[in-house]
Amino acid sequence: MLFNGYANDDFFDEMFAEDGSVRNHYSNIMDRFNRLDPPEWSQRQTATDLAFMRGGVTFTVYSDSQGTERIFPFDLVPRVIPANEWKVIESGLIQRITALNMFLHDLYHEQKILQDRVIPPHYVLNAKHYRREFMNVNVPKDIYVHICGTDLIRGRDGTYLVLEDNLRCPSGASYMLENRAAVKRAFPRLYQANTVRRVDTYSADLLKVLNHVAPGNLGNEQPNVVLLTPGVYNSAYFEHSFLARQMGIPIVEGRDLVVRDMRVYMRTTAGLMPVDVIYRRIDDDFLDPSVFRADSLLGVPGLVNAIRAGNVSLANSIGTGVADDKVIYYFVPKIIKYYLDQDPILPNVDTYLASEPQDRMYILENLHKLVVKSANEAGGYGMLMGPWAAKEEIEEFRKQILANPRNFIAQPPISLSRHPTWVGEGFEGRHVDLRPYILYGDKITVTPGGLTRVALRKGSLVVNSSQGGGSKDTWVLQGDA
Amino acid sequence: MPHPIQLNTSIQRGSQVMLSRVANSLYWMSRYIERAENIARLLDVNLQLMLDFGQLDDQQLKEHWLPILRSAGDEETFFNHYTTADSQSVTEFMTFSLENPNSVMSCLLAARENARQIRDQISREMFEALNECHLFLKSKNARELWDGGAHDFYEQIKKYSHLFQGLTSSTFSRDEGYEFIQFGKFVERADKTARILDLKYHILLPSLADVGGAVDTAQWQALLRSVSALEAYRRSHVVDIAPWKVAEFLLFSETFPRSVRYCLEQVDRYLHLLANTAIGEYRSPRERTFGKLLYEMKFRTIEEVIRQGLHEYLEEVRKTLDGIDDFIYETFMYHPPTDMEAEIRLHQQEMQQQQQSQG
Repeated sequence: MLFNGYANDDFFDEMFAEDGSVRNHYSNIMDRFNRLDPPEWSQRQTATDLAFMRGGVTFTVYSDSQGTERIFPFDLVPRVIPANEWKVIESGLIQRITALNMFLHDLYHEQKILQDRVIPPHYVLNAKHYRREFMNVNVPKDIYVHICGTDLIRGRDGTYLVLEDNLRCPSGASYMLENRAAVKRAFPRLYQANTVRRVDTYSADLLKVLNHVAPGNLGNEQPNVVLLTPGVYNSAYFEHSFLARQMGIPIVEGRDLVVRDMRVYMRTTAGLMPVDVIYRRIDDDFLDPSVFRADSLLGVPGLVNAIRAGNVSLANSIGTGVADDKVIYYFVPKIIKYYLDQDPILPNVDTYLASEPQDRMYILENLHKLVVKSANEAGGYGMLMGPWAAKEEIEEFRKQILANPRNFIAQPPISLSRHPTWVGEGFEGRHVDLRPYILYGDKITVTPGGLTRVALRKGSLVVNSSQGGGSKDTWVLQGDA
Repeated sequence: MPHPIQLNTSIQRGSQVMLSRVANSLYWMSRYIERAENIARLLDVNLQLMLDFGQLDDQQLKEHWLPILRSAGDEETFFNHYTTADSQSVTEFMTFSLENPNSVMSCLLAARENARQIRDQISREMFEALNECHLFLKSKNARELWDGGAHDFYEQIKKYSHLFQGLTSSTFSRDEGYEFIQFGKFVERADKTARILDLKYHILLPSLADVGGAVDTAQWQALLRSVSALEAYRRSHVVDIAPWKVAEFLLFSETFPRSVRYCLEQVDRYLHLLANTAIGEYRSPRERTFGKLLYEMKFRTIEEVIRQGLHEYLEEVRKTLDGIDDFIYETFMYHPPTDMEAEIRLHQQEMQQQQQSQG
């Protein structure tokens, strides 16, 4: 009954086919949810929100002087992905991260891809996150990106497309785990009736990856692994402490660490203790004030020396941000072809580069039709949504693009797929994306699920938590229904 | 030159270690919770006591509330914000004021903030109890409950504290972290009992013969209730509430968990566990001063204390307690702050040397 009046409105809907019939892999959910009435829904939703609040599953809102903590709004209707679809996603992501890793290794060593002119060298050499300082530095096991969160969307025909790769410090895995726990509490029998693949292996898999890349000179000893956080005021602090707790490793701040003789130590009640592996949740710029930003108080002076000397391993490695650049994104299909001689399994969104004269002309003529993005911003900042923007905003972007074309790309707006979402008295379609988490250790693991983000505001395409987005649990089924 | 840093290479890789910062947070989390509970109890009891006094004029109210403010060490801050010390202003200041770092509110927010910084180190249950308390204090509900008769509010605060203690006892491993928590709790509790007893020191005159006449037993009952000791006292002294007996009980009871002696014995126990020394062994000067005080306490009589001056004795106890507290802080929690500029210079030089040797 709650689905009465539900309309696809010419979008790809995750649950309902175009003819209005429910997709096979959602039929259990449909049956169950149809037996609930609005008060029951509201009650479950409230109980879940309270549980998140009580558990402190929150993020900090910067704009607010009090540093208010909010819960990441959570919608109880899970997103379901059948096995056959997941197989494609999984192999596509593995292909992508394999190629990107080879790309990073090449960039910081021979730079063959630049010599072969597959990518014009200036795009890489001028990239904000390219770290010249790390040329010819070898990273353990040649792995650069240990943890990757790649954002996927589905267009009008249901094809999965890659929207962006997050190769620096991707966040959200803790919400994937908390969301699953919440759904299991709210709908235990429904969850059990479906054969959903587990996501809670994530933390153990992550710890394995971190152990795997420990410096080789330790012999068989247990490496000391820590998680480095900017501190309790960081918006993702909840996640940092959550993951540290799940892995049973210390969470440290820069001030807890000190470097002597190119070795990292942490300050403990029993004196200084060596550190072997750092899962860092701080961007490159803030890691080591003796190399990068001297004004940063978050980092550890001497850390880069210790890494270069091979005495400590960092996940993700320094300099991975270059592959996270939205201009480099444009080249990823070529990167896959170049290193693997394969066609990309998951296609990119059509993209125009403002620094290419022809593309730039097209962009400037069509600003009102395009989505423009700055090369290095995240979280929905530095973006122009052409079709919905005011004239002044468009003109402002025109100026910025002309002043610094290297910094911009443009894409046609994608009508992201929609998913039934609880809105108070019934379900309405809301746009969603999907961020699966890929771990690269002695093998590559894609956790079956991920974080589905949902634009809770009607009509909105913006799913970022900082811009009013929420999230859903993501079910990857063992079968196709 | 950067601070000299001693390398302790004896620490085994993979063995359980605790960051100094974590030790510090565990300790303060525990102290703040204990402090909030003590203040809540003190305010609750005194508000109730006022009910028995009927209408008091401004001067009488001031005489009642000033020592309470003073016992928390907050007199000066108070008069920066209020002009008159009466039931409303003092209790409000000591309950809700964020300007007052020792208010119930400030303490519990600080406890929760400490817990948040180390939530990977405490049990989920402990964090959730503190977090619920935090949510309660930030809700409209808290202020409404207080306005409608503060007793229920203070009861709620005490319950959160007890819940936290209980959860600590049943969900937290008995390792170093637990020892910091207990150490902090008993340091705070000893300090608070000493301060509360000190409230009435002027009544206990040097000559025992002068004591007990004009003094209102209601006040001494209130004093006992401020440390949850009324029933315990009654069981050990069936007859009457004599001021010197109350003082004796709160100072020297071997079994009551809030007496100064009991708390100091616990402090002693956790001191030895943390410092990894044998019971009875005291190495540094501050450890020895503490050991001496504790030892003497076992043989001291209340008559001797009153002859010496209760206030003076309590001062000595608190000073020694502060000394042992500093000792623990300096030994385990403190690391000299990094001199960033010196560190940066050091590592930049190191890098240059390396590059030269490679070139």
